[in-house]
Amino acid sequence: MAVSCIEADRKLTIKITGELDHHHARQVMGELDRQIEAALPRELVLDLSGLSFTDSSGIAVLIRAYRRMGQMGGRVIVSQAPAQAEKVFRAAGLHKLMPFE
Amino acid sequence: MKAENYTTVEFPSRSANEGFARTAAACFAAQLDPTLDEINDIKTAVSEAVTNAIVHAYPDSIGKVVMKLRLRDQHTLEIVIRDWGVGIPDVEQARQPLYTTGSEERSGMGFTIMESFMDTLRVRSQPGKGTTVTMRKRVSLRLGQQ
Repeated sequence: MAVSCIEADRKLTIKITGELDHHHARQVMGELDRQIEAALPRELVLDLSGLSFTDSSGIAVLIRAYRRMGQMGGRVIVSQAPAQAEKVFRAAGLHKLMPFE
Repeated sequence: MKAENYTTVEFPSRSANEGFARTAAACFAAQLDPTLDEINDIKTAVSEAVTNAIVHAYPDSIGKVVMKLRLRDQHTLEIVIRDWGVGIPDVEQARQPLYTTGSEERSGMGFTIMESFMDTLRVRSQPGKGTTVTMRKRVSLRLGQQ
């Protein structure tokens, strides 16, 4: 499980790699909170191209990011979610809350 | 029907075992020659059930979790995940989407995921005695299989 960030022009890209389950969710949420607070972005891109597994813990992470960005008037874009993760997020209706690219 | 093959895995309710349990289930399921999508569905459902046992069944302690995997026939996998924890007072309510008694890293979507990723889901629980989750999934017959 690793979280890395790139920030430019108030666009923050956070890449989450590895397996995101309950065991790792708190760490990822903490890192997301810290990065959003430091960058105050208008747009948050969650790059999930390296996410090898997730479950409903991933749903909670995305909803938290969505709420944080919503409070600041920004938006969240989910990028390159693998099929397994996309199926989990779709089951929760997250594609109605944020764009998947 | 007599189970054709089975295994039982027992572990303490430590969150590090979430990854172990779903990987063990995927390894056992491999003998059915499932597709990658089917393997992912099984791993996801197991992850939800085991996480529930770890987070909710034993909120303030470490307890025993047992996962039984059985082949019901050549194409159907049955997964039973059992704990001896606090139990669920109202199973119907717990199965509702977004319902959770957990903290903010829980989404309340666990049972919804188990239901939509497996063919059947049965939840039996007794407050103070524990919870048993039984899920079945039929793995599709592929070309070249008998």
